[in-house]
Amino acid sequence: MTYFPAVLFFALFASTVFGITQRETPARMIRYGVYCFTLFVGSAIALSWLMFLIAR
Amino acid sequence: MATQENKNAAAEPASQAGSKSASQPPSAEGFVYLPLIAGWAIPGAGHFLLRKWVRGSLLAASILGMFVLGLRMQGSVHADAHNLLDLLGLIGDLGTGILYFVSRFLGLGAAQVQVTTADWGTRFIVVAGLLNVIAAVDAHNLRTGRKS
Repeated sequence: MTYFPAVLFFALFASTVFGITQRETPARMIRYGVYCFTLFVGSAIALSWLMFLIAR
Repeated sequence: MATQENKNAAAEPASQAGSKSASQPPSAEGFVYLPLIAGWAIPGAGHFLLRKWVRGSLLAASILGMFVLGLRMQGSVHADAHNLLDLLGLIGDLGTGILYFVSRFLGLGAAQVQVTTADWGTRFIVVAGLLNVIAAVDAHNLRTGRKS
């Protein structure tokens, strides 16, 4: 497995647990889970580009 | 007048408490820490005890999935602690409950690191344990009524 699928799996599993445990209603659980997933993946991509630009 | 209002105000919480105890599921009786302990020992079991089947299944799949992926990436399961970081990793691994002891018994996660993603695998296993602790505490909160 390469790094990017690992990031996606990590974000998916962690967001699922965060969504279920940190919110009370199913609609808010899904919304918070999607929010966490987006932040996980988005920050990983942003930091990757930042490190790429620093290394150049 | 004021005395009557005070009586009503005092009677209201009592009636609410009575209706709450009457509406509690059968699983709310018995040992209050059982969902916490069961949820730690077996991922999702705390929610299953409280009849939260969908939540329990999703939690179990997520935690088990992260643990198995960690092992597939040749991540290591901490067997002992030589320094503070190892100790923190060991505590995180212990959060997976029975998965930790089964993997130790079967000798999983003890191989020499041969791929670059093995460090990620080790983190996956630690985070699976931490997520399992969060899920177990959530089951405890559901059991005590702190969360609906």
